[in-house]
Amino acid sequence: MANTYSKVGEMTTNDGVPLKISLQRSQRKLKLWAFLLVAPLLIFITISFILPVVSMTMRGVENPQVANILPNVVDALYVWDGVDLPDEAAYEALVIDLTAGRKNKNIGKVASRLNYERSGMRRVISGSSRKAAKLKEGPYKEQMIKINKAWGDVTTWSLIKRESGAFTYSYLVAAVDYKITDQGDIVAKSEEKQIYKSLFGRTLMMSFTITIICILLAYPIAYLLATLPMAKSNLLMILVLLPFWTSLLVRTTTWIVLLQSNGVLNDILVWMNIIDDSGRLQMIYNQTGTIIAMTHILLPFMVLPLYSVMKTIPPSYMRAALSLGANPVVSYVRVYIPMTVTGIGAGSLLVFILSIGYYITPALVGGQSGVLISNMIAYHMQNSLNWGLAGALGFILLVIVMIFYAIFNKVIGIDKMKMG
Amino acid sequence: MDSNPDFLVQFKNVQKSYDGVHLVVKDFNVDMVKGEFLTMLGPSGSGKTTCLMMLAGFETATSGQIILDGQSINNVAPHKREIGMVFQNYALFPHMSVAENLAFPLQVRKMGKSEITEKVNHALKMVRLDHFANRRPAQLSGGQQQRVAVARALVFRPKLVLMDEPLGALDKNLREEMQYEIKHIHEDLGVTMLYVTHDQVEALTMSDRIAVFDDGIVQQLASPHVLYDEPTNAFVANFIGENNRLMGKVVSIEGDVCSVELDGGGGLVQAKKINVAGVGDRTTLSLRPERVIVDPAAGECPNNCEARVEELIYHGDHTRTRVSVSGSTDFIIKVPNTHNQQHMKRGQSIRIGWNTGDCRALDA
Repeated sequence: MANTYSKVGEMTTNDGVPLKISLQRSQRKLKLWAFLLVAPLLIFITISFILPVVSMTMRGVENPQVANILPNVVDALYVWDGVDLPDEAAYEALVIDLTAGRKNKNIGKVASRLNYERSGMRRVISGSSRKAAKLKEGPYKEQMIKINKAWGDVTTWSLIKRESGAFTYSYLVAAVDYKITDQGDIVAKSEEKQIYKSLFGRTLMMSFTITIICILLAYPIAYLLATLPMAKSNLLMILVLLPFWTSLLVRTTTWIVLLQSNGVLNDILVWMNIIDDSGRLQMIYNQTGTIIAMTHILLPFMVLPLYSVMKTIPPSYMRAALSLGANPVVSYVRVYIPMTVTGIGAGSLLVFILSIGYYITPALVGGQSGVLISNMIAYHMQNSLNWGLAGALGFILLVIVMIFYAIFNKVIGIDKMKMG
Repeated sequence: MDSNPDFLVQFKNVQKSYDGVHLVVKDFNVDMVKGEFLTMLGPSGSGKTTCLMMLAGFETATSGQIILDGQSINNVAPHKREIGMVFQNYALFPHMSVAENLAFPLQVRKMGKSEITEKVNHALKMVRLDHFANRRPAQLSGGQQQRVAVARALVFRPKLVLMDEPLGALDKNLREEMQYEIKHIHEDLGVTMLYVTHDQVEALTMSDRIAVFDDGIVQQLASPHVLYDEPTNAFVANFIGENNRLMGKVVSIEGDVCSVELDGGGGLVQAKKINVAGVGDRTTLSLRPERVIVDPAAGECPNNCEARVEELIYHGDHTRTRVSVSGSTDFIIKVPNTHNQQHMKRGQSIRIGWNTGDCRALDA
């Protein structure tokens, strides 16, 4: 064809259209069709998952309260040097803002926002706003300091100035047990006030423990599943999947029945004279309970990837190792187990990531020592209503999960991950 | 143990059943001498692979003795048998490099590092893969993987090498190349090999002797040319090479020649008596396609038959001619492509003949 090559190196079709464009046209319909097929799920995921995650993450850094409720103060402090007390204009702005805030019934928000940064600030703001409304005329500086001597303290003003930006890192700093001093330095909180770092540590440790226990328990089962004849392995598979078909709440509460002080297991141990009645074991409402219940719940997530990998390993590999003179143990360790590494990796990733963010089970059986970071996030969402801190904690958790995912992808490769 | 020291492997009355109802291997007896290349050939499900697995130790014999190098190995664990094995899927360890795969049998034997390196390099050179030592099996082609598998089975100098349809996954050209390569390795090293295949061409090309399996029984155990030229029963005649069958009834026997009345009204023919009991027996006459003479001169051969040409397939060097003879419609004649060859037409009637010695009267 004479016009197949219109320019050097550029292919065209018979009617002179460049080949690339022609190909795109012919594939456009297919691409559109593919997108339409994905669209319902994409929309669902966006609304129910991506948007909430983004929104909560944003709450971890957003800081609208001071700027919105004390706008005049923020303006007045814009030129303040931060060394001496601000001048009369700032106090006047304060009175205007406190009065307006009280009228609009939103002064409480800025009160609790500043209270997160320094305890006692809630009382300062609320009390001052109540009294400032009664002030007739200026100058306000003396009167305000009289109402609450915190207004005579430079650090109060520098706190307001610091938190006047639209974004803050103070939640993130607080989420890892640091605080911002009056001078603006980031320092570790005092030992007895540190909670989150140890909670993150405990969450990681317990997730790690649960993952290890899951590997140890799931490996033999998966091996049996993969090697037994079909009829028997199907029965075993049903047993493995049975927990999946039972309500999470039912399974967790069943563990309470079994493990509590007057529960089935303790009764049996007492009856068998292994322990006496006064020495009943505390197996629930602590770490032990959380680990036992979560291992039980997450076990199928380890069994299934292991099984799917093992099923693809023909018996000839073990036979080859044996025929080459390796005894059964060496053959198993050096040939079989390395071939299941992808399964171990995939299962571990699933179990680990699921348990890092697990909520219901630790909430029910965790007691004091068995709660995880997710329970703390839930506490800030539901009880303390400090959503900013909840968002920051959630964001850090997300980052940790991403890091483990990246490590997994680097070491084993996510494309090798198989399920069921 | 009444074992003969000349034999490396002996199967004695070996039987195998998986379910306690059926015998997969009915009564297996074979003696392999050192350095022999023995092939177990048969259709799938004939018991040949089971025999190999029993020798390797992955299946236990239900009864009978398996003797290796004068020792009964019925109760010896697979990893203590010192038998190298090449598997159908090669079973190269995917997480180890080629060199590590080859080093594996030496490492478990606790050999020194330098000795291992030397042996691995030597083995790799033998299969011409010395530049691939650090590759993973997945990075090799099928034929290269095959050669690594062979090298791995040989590197620890086993008494015996078993091969379980090792060339099954390769394409035709590569398979033929590997047949010669394995054959050469066998000749160079003098190692005893027991080979399992369902491909009769492979068996004929490579083996010193072939055991033809069917239905759990060795139908015939002989060298390739004996199997082809002198099959002792109808199964072997059919399984090895191409074969024409004519059914009939024995009417008389004189010495080792018998006269047979053909079923389809083809008349009386003479055949070599091989596997018939006596007069009145049904028999299968076996005749190789290349031994059939088309349009024989008068008195050239004692057996003459009327035939009708049904189909002609041109194969270049010969023409495959399907004719109907005496009721049998799939009688094949190979007509060589020579100058003086007359041209046959479809539907044409011709005369065919053969020598009595080429026609073997076998079991019906």
